[in-house]
Amino acid sequence: MIKGALPWQPGSADPPSLATPGGWHFFTAQEGATVEAFVDRLIPPDPETPGGKDCGCAVFIDRQLAGPYGRNEAYYMMGPFQEGTKQQGPQSAATTAQHYRNALVALDAACREKFGGKAFADLSDAQKDDVIGGLEVGSFKLDGVDSKEFFVQVLTDTRNGFLADPIYGGNKDLAAWKMIGFPGTHYDYRDWIDRHNERVTLPVVGISTHPNWSK
Amino acid sequence: MARKLPRKDVAIVGLGWTGSILAQELTDEGLDVVAIERGPWRDTATDFLISYAQDEWRYRLQHELFLRPAQTTVTFRNNANQTSLPVRNWGAFMLGNGVGGGGVHWNAETFRFLPSDFVLRTHLTQRYGANFLPADMTIQDWGVTFDDLEPHYDQFEYLCGTSGTAGNIKGVIQEGGNPFEGPRSQPYPTPAQKQGYGHVLFAEAAKQLGYKPFPQPSGNLSQAYTNPLGVKLGQCTYCGFCEWFGCANYSKASPQTTVLPVLLRKSNFEARTECEVMRINLDSTGKRATGVTYVDSSGTEWEQPADLVLLCAFQLFNVQLLLLSGVGKPYDPQSGQGQIGRNFTHQTMSTAVGFFDKDKYNFNPFVASGAIGMCIDEFNGDNFDHRQLGFVGGGYIGQVRTNGRPLESMAVPPGTPAWGAKWKQALRDSYLSTIICGGACHASFYSYRDIYLDLDPVYKDRFGRPLMRMTIDFHDNELKMSAFLTDKYAEILQKMGATQVVKQPRKGPYDVTDYQTSHLCGGAIMGEKPDNSAVNRYLQSWDVPNLFVVGASAFPQNAGYNPTDTVGALAYWSAKAIRSQYLKNPGPLIHA
Amino acid sequence: MRRVRPRLVVSCIGLSMGLICNALAGGIDKQDFKQIERGRYLSIAGDCAACHTLPGSDHPFAGGLAIETPFGQILTPNITPDPETGIGAWTDDEFVNALTKGTGRGGTRLYPAMPYTYYTKLTRDDALAIRAYLNTLPAVRNAVNPNQLPFPFNIRASLIGWNMLFFTPGTFQPNPNKSAEWNRGAFLAEGLAHCGLCHTPKNFLGGDKTSEPLRGYALQGWFAPEITNNSRQGLGDWSVDEIATYLKTGHNSTSAATGLMSEMVTRSASQMTDADLKAIAIYLKDEPSQNENRAASDKPDQTVMKIGAAIYADECAGCHAANGKGTSGLFPSLNGSPTVQQIDPTTLLHVVLRGARSAATDGAPTGAAMPQFDWILNDDQVAAVLTYIRNAWGNAAPPVSAGEVRKTRHALVQRSD
Repeated sequence: MIKGALPWQPGSADPPSLATPGGWHFFTAQEGATVEAFVDRLIPPDPETPGGKDCGCAVFIDRQLAGPYGRNEAYYMMGPFQEGTKQQGPQSAATTAQHYRNALVALDAACREKFGGKAFADLSDAQKDDVIGGLEVGSFKLDGVDSKEFFVQVLTDTRNGFLADPIYGGNKDLAAWKMIGFPGTHYDYRDWIDRHNERVTLPVVGISTHPNWSK
Repeated sequence: MARKLPRKDVAIVGLGWTGSILAQELTDEGLDVVAIERGPWRDTATDFLISYAQDEWRYRLQHELFLRPAQTTVTFRNNANQTSLPVRNWGAFMLGNGVGGGGVHWNAETFRFLPSDFVLRTHLTQRYGANFLPADMTIQDWGVTFDDLEPHYDQFEYLCGTSGTAGNIKGVIQEGGNPFEGPRSQPYPTPAQKQGYGHVLFAEAAKQLGYKPFPQPSGNLSQAYTNPLGVKLGQCTYCGFCEWFGCANYSKASPQTTVLPVLLRKSNFEARTECEVMRINLDSTGKRATGVTYVDSSGTEWEQPADLVLLCAFQLFNVQLLLLSGVGKPYDPQSGQGQIGRNFTHQTMSTAVGFFDKDKYNFNPFVASGAIGMCIDEFNGDNFDHRQLGFVGGGYIGQVRTNGRPLESMAVPPGTPAWGAKWKQALRDSYLSTIICGGACHASFYSYRDIYLDLDPVYKDRFGRPLMRMTIDFHDNELKMSAFLTDKYAEILQKMGATQVVKQPRKGPYDVTDYQTSHLCGGAIMGEKPDNSAVNRYLQSWDVPNLFVVGASAFPQNAGYNPTDTVGALAYWSAKAIRSQYLKNPGPLIHA
Repeated sequence: MRRVRPRLVVSCIGLSMGLICNALAGGIDKQDFKQIERGRYLSIAGDCAACHTLPGSDHPFAGGLAIETPFGQILTPNITPDPETGIGAWTDDEFVNALTKGTGRGGTRLYPAMPYTYYTKLTRDDALAIRAYLNTLPAVRNAVNPNQLPFPFNIRASLIGWNMLFFTPGTFQPNPNKSAEWNRGAFLAEGLAHCGLCHTPKNFLGGDKTSEPLRGYALQGWFAPEITNNSRQGLGDWSVDEIATYLKTGHNSTSAATGLMSEMVTRSASQMTDADLKAIAIYLKDEPSQNENRAASDKPDQTVMKIGAAIYADECAGCHAANGKGTSGLFPSLNGSPTVQQIDPTTLLHVVLRGARSAATDGAPTGAAMPQFDWILNDDQVAAVLTYIRNAWGNAAPPVSAGEVRKTRHALVQRSD
């Protein structure tokens, strides 16, 4: 019950938990290697900006799958479950984490079959691109898994990891934001609103990434 | 078995904009008021901290300030031939939760409706003839006029400190404002916000094409302000983390920043949070509310008796509670009988993406607020002649881009691969020089016989109550209108100097995974007679006179503007009727 | 003060013998509503509830609040009229002596946490008016053990010596060379409002350092700032109106009351008359201006300033603005702020680490709050940004060290308020 005054207690804020570096919290070593290989083709490294792997996109996905995102905690998960139209949205009883697990198994199985026993992570870049392109259009079939849906899931999560705040494990050193020209989490742009068509010269910062706070 | 609590004069369901306004008004009458809110308490310094509010993943993608579908959701189907299925994760709309409701996470776009919007059927029939309207279009007059509501629009805007340039003061058209707006009694309380490069460029191009652009009226304030209650707001800093997010520096109008500091200090007001109302209780006649029953966070059920019950929840849940409580008759689309659930509408949204030369244009999209922008109203409502066009309705068109948040700003030119080195390069090249504006064409959604709400026959919430079912699809009228508006917007983008414009008009079928604003309206509409509305012009239930249903649930159809200003005005209008008429003589205010 | 006795004699006619006896003794007339109301007002000015009413309690003045002192915790007594656990059985003389001489029932000494050293300024009539008001409150049965301090402070007889050193009893003596307004302000500030209890530094025995009146004092996790007329650390730049507005509403054009002062404003000062608050302001502004610059003479480290400026731009400017001037009535001005430039940075550390809610009163209901930064700023960063604001925009104050931050962070974690 709230009465008499605006409630306020010290320590009631709920700051984000920073993704702890190192190791996999959800993926097995094999799954982690597969996803790292995948994200590094979706967003390949170039001389200016690291690729998906070095930016930590696989770490992002791993940490998310290990948490409420992977468990679909916010979702309505009561049955009955049945497929609907595309417009009715996802209706699966399986969680995002389960989907990933199943799909990664199927991916490796399909690769081994097509590429003489090699798992996805062991393929050449050209072969990986081939596989990914096939998933994208649905021509590279996976057992029990919808290729197109899997492709969209990984692509979306890779982009999320690439461009979200580094506290979640991706966008390492704000590389993605530097690439596009987004200065980050500044809150006061009053000095810039009238400066039209000028490049903003503020240092790039994130919630917990402030290189400008060091000597 | 519910435990009975001591009686209150007024029980308010939901502590968002309407709940806060009505609580403030009725506590000023000396009444003992309790507000019961399903979600948590939220406030600036404890929940929207400047050190972590700017988190796109957490708040925009993971919707942390919103209702979780796990707590409750709705089911959806396009038409009666389909099986309705649950919306398991939000897409087309996002529902608020917690004290402040939508007022915490809204853009603060603060538009009034047009005078003609309130008498829509009469107006369109007079102008175009009755046969011009599709036979299954069920638009209606509201039972109130713009002039009735004008003082209350003014009240809401002065509560918020809305920043804008008036277009019509007492009939005199004002330079720089919206020449189509209904006459207002006085200027906005604060001047319009400053605009960014892309917004200003739009205005210049619009002028060259003969339009009259004006700044979008904004509840993100252009300067510090003290409202009539003595509450102070700060100056918006164009942080670009506005809609979906809480404001960290008291510069976005919300119940927290405008009403609650005063309301909560009153000894005759009490808020109970994390308490979900199960139903409105009626006496044996079914014509009188005796109070509400709710469940608190420990699962205990309570009965709160009250003399007056105000439904101030979000539109969908207002309607759901009426249905679950047996107030009024549920709508049957076959027979056309029953008022509860009919005339359900959303918003018709479309846009075009404008790609510009990266060596010449830098829009700094991240320098923005939730309601920044320059708009034109030439194609809204009935501001233009529809005779040859084959549709009715319209919307404002504007460069109203609110942010440069990376995950929402990934548009790349058509033909770019979705991944790989080319995608990366295209993103690198496009981010600063592309205009992506999801709210560019913000158009009306008129009501139809086959678009409605009712209770789902299969799916339940965690209390075992049926979920609301939405049956909704686009009609040709809205799709034609959308294509028309999109073309107009694309033309302006071209004039601005875009090298490539990709039109994205709204296409059917209605897709519950594609975000289209949370402006869900109708279902408990207001009107002049009980046989064509659920509530009277004061938002009083025709069926249960000591029950008022306040919110966008009252809109008989949706206009080409954001709804909140009108929702706020209706709340003040209804409050005035309760204070000056109902309390003196409780009972039906309109004898039909 | 006002001579009450003749009135009481007049109004005595027709009352019972007992009441006449009381009246003739210059005591309390239960039907003298003016006296009761005067007592109520005086109890608000004296902020009795601050110590004697548990926060959020429905039982005013029932005591039991733990008061932090440098020597340990003291529990406040129950001063409702309950005859057994409250002061209902006390005589009027005992009550007056408690307030003005620091002696309890049967001659026991009261600890000076009860500010009798200030309330001594009250006349007997003032004290009786307060008693008349207290007598109208519900009697609450709440037995409080008054002896909580550790040895040797639990030996109350030691207070005899303390009083000899640090207590000058006596009612307020108006200064004939000053205006009536000034004298009213002095009576309140030096007496009932007991400003010095929080704002005057203490010696090692807990007595006021009378050579440094109102120069500031650290207590309960805050630093009650200097309120002399020093223009950098005191009220030198505030007008009489600014001071009075601050006391009435908790805010003025540059500052906001938080923490203990916010509680004092909402409970006490905001309920006082405008005339009384202006009188206090006039009194405070009349103190000689002490403009020696007590800031550190060495300039702060420029690397620290640069880092502090970067932190400020990212985390603070969104409210307090790049020029430090904030928003009048909403976000305090740091630029030229006495709070920012106090030699002792305890309040700054408290506010930055834990956040703070500002006062909400009828005159200024917004009650904006500062968010907590403890989770995002480490000790070096807090030190840098505080050093920055203390020395930017023409401000000058000693730098803050990471060690100070660490100590305060640790101390605050122990606190529940």
